[in-house]
Amino acid sequence: MTDLLYSEEEEALRAAVRDLLTDHCDAPGVIARAESDTPHALEAWKALADGMGLAGLLVPEDKGGQGATHREVAVVLEELGRAVAPVPYLASAVVATEALLSCDADDLLADLASGRRIGALAVALNVAAGGAYKVVRHEGGALHGELTGIADAVIADVLLVPADDGGLYAVDADAVTVTPQASLDLTRPLATVTLDGAPGRLLGDAEPAVRRALRAGAGLLASEQLGLAEWTLTETVRYLKDRKQFNRPVGGFQALKHRLAQLWLEVVNLRAAARNAADALATGEDADVAVAVAQAYAAPVAVHAAEEALQLHGGIGMTWEHPVHLYLKRAKADSIAYGSAGAHREALAESIDLQAP
Amino acid sequence: MTIDAAELRRRTGELLDACPPDTTDRLDFLRARFDAGLAWVHYPEGLGGLGAPRSLQVVVDAELEAAGAPDNEPRRIGIGLGMAAPTILKYGTEEQKQRYLRPLWTGEEVWCQLFSEPGAGSDLAALGTRAVREGDDWVVNGQKVWTSSAHIARWAILIARTDPDVPKHAGITYFLCDMTDPGVEVRPLRQITGEAEFNEVFLTDVRIPDSRRLGAIGDGWKVAQTTLNNERVAIGGMRLPREGGMIGPVAKTWRERPELRTHDLHQRLLKLWVDSEVSRLTAERLRQQLVAGQPGPEGAGMKLAFARLNQEISGLEVELRGEEGLLYDDWTMRRPELVDFVGRDAGYRYLRSKGNSIEGGTSEVLLNIVAERVLGLPSEPRTDKDVAWKDLAR
Repeated sequence: MTDLLYSEEEEALRAAVRDLLTDHCDAPGVIARAESDTPHALEAWKALADGMGLAGLLVPEDKGGQGATHREVAVVLEELGRAVAPVPYLASAVVATEALLSCDADDLLADLASGRRIGALAVALNVAAGGAYKVVRHEGGALHGELTGIADAVIADVLLVPADDGGLYAVDADAVTVTPQASLDLTRPLATVTLDGAPGRLLGDAEPAVRRALRAGAGLLASEQLGLAEWTLTETVRYLKDRKQFNRPVGGFQALKHRLAQLWLEVVNLRAAARNAADALATGEDADVAVAVAQAYAAPVAVHAAEEALQLHGGIGMTWEHPVHLYLKRAKADSIAYGSAGAHREALAESIDLQAP
Repeated sequence: MTIDAAELRRRTGELLDACPPDTTDRLDFLRARFDAGLAWVHYPEGLGGLGAPRSLQVVVDAELEAAGAPDNEPRRIGIGLGMAAPTILKYGTEEQKQRYLRPLWTGEEVWCQLFSEPGAGSDLAALGTRAVREGDDWVVNGQKVWTSSAHIARWAILIARTDPDVPKHAGITYFLCDMTDPGVEVRPLRQITGEAEFNEVFLTDVRIPDSRRLGAIGDGWKVAQTTLNNERVAIGGMRLPREGGMIGPVAKTWRERPELRTHDLHQRLLKLWVDSEVSRLTAERLRQQLVAGQPGPEGAGMKLAFARLNQEISGLEVELRGEEGLLYDDWTMRRPELVDFVGRDAGYRYLRSKGNSIEGGTSEVLLNIVAERVLGLPSEPRTDKDVAWKDLAR
């Protein structure tokens, strides 16, 4: 039976990550960095990867990792979502790492696991597992082409690039041109990667590696979305207890109370769906359905929660200074990342034999 | 004499003869138009009008447009035209009307609105900006927020608390505030789109002569109702062709970009298209009711529909655009003078439209208005109406 609870160890891990983010990743700092040349919270990343070894959770111990599972990774992502933390955890420690686990590249895997290097899969963020993705030309031993919408590429040391010969290649970031794109989600910046005869090292077949990486990304993204939704609900409840209009706390108005209660129900459901996806990815059982269910459910909930948070904060929620917009932008971008809810419903239709008309 | 369409055409012709647009300075033309009573024909004579039916304004506008006459850039001075002017007209002294309405209409003097405060949004009547009488002046201290055009405004309509010892609605007075007073500090307020359309306005010992009070002392809430009713009409009441609102850009994207289409998005788009068309028809029906002299309460719902549709449609378009939906056109901090809800990229429209259900009365407040004033349902138990303002929870 799928274990949908959190273990004591997982709760301890959560507490440690939350403490770390409280110290290294507060909202004013995230907002201030968002438009700078260094949007990422590097100190927080260093502490997560170097200090706590969390970049290696999915990597077996004999390959330089922690030998943990998707369940622990999901807990980390919940906390990263709660802090809308601009760190390349999902990109490097989940998606790129999963791609490498499908290849023969133990040295790179160990580099990513230790946090010595940051990796990024050079597939546009909106692509779902099994969906079409752009490839570059492999010609005369070098790679040529342009890839867009690559999450966290601006901070990556190594890019995992699919080519037209069906191979997945490791390319040093120094050997390509990475151009930041103005991104809706300022905390997970996208970039264009241009390869102009860049040397690449063949890692293995791209198709299974990309599919595995994107499926894990989608499934674990649900935990990040859970964290986002939880923060927006908790913060909105706190604000509505405190904010007084008409000589009473705004949260006492039944119409608003009911909306928050409804959100709570959605978050409860999302937690079950996200835990189920994490557990299924860990055991490998029923993973396709679990991931599709989690993503089909998570995206609208996280967006709804962030939109309600903004509306119920009133004018202050429309300001740049208040962090709620970071959550809205992340939630909206997440609703497209690794496939939209609609794409996951369609994928599900195949798996559960409820075919389209 | 009665002013009918023929008479208005005759007078417009006279104006154009006396001030040919191609050889007349823009401002001189606008002033002459105001003095001829052709600015807003339903206003009284001497104040830019002729006491004619409002519906005849289109006759003048069409003649002037055909002749290539300059207009007063109504979008730039919307707060003055739509909110300050009707309030001054209704409550101003003769002297005030003569002083303010002409430069307001010509755009020589831009107006802004100092109403909302950080602690008084939906509950505007709880506002805490204080005005204390000192001789012939009032000395004003406080903070206002969400003020568009404050940085270009010459004047502001301002409501402030003049008596904290009476219930909140009773202790407010309405003033006309000089934005060039040294005690007025305007700071841009950046919003989630990256722009600062609005401002925070800090008032520190601002001196307002009693001659710039509008209406009686303590009558400010009643006076403000005129301003606010006009604001909501302005926000929800634009006349649009089919696909004229937020649905237009997404429909265009759908037609031009077949590679983005999915069954899921198709059904959702069609539902929103139908909602948009029905909302447009409701607005048109409301207009026909008004013309037929049967005004209905449907107007209360127009801004609600406008906000919901803008938000849902732009949200759908961001999703439809997929990889491009993850991008944003420009985060640069700017202070635009005009706002176009359906301009720029889908991401901007998605973020900007979040404000549509907050600005000019939140959707929650408007739903209460529908429930209580239209349906006649009882209000929630109120504890704020008979308490002195100073004793309210805050």
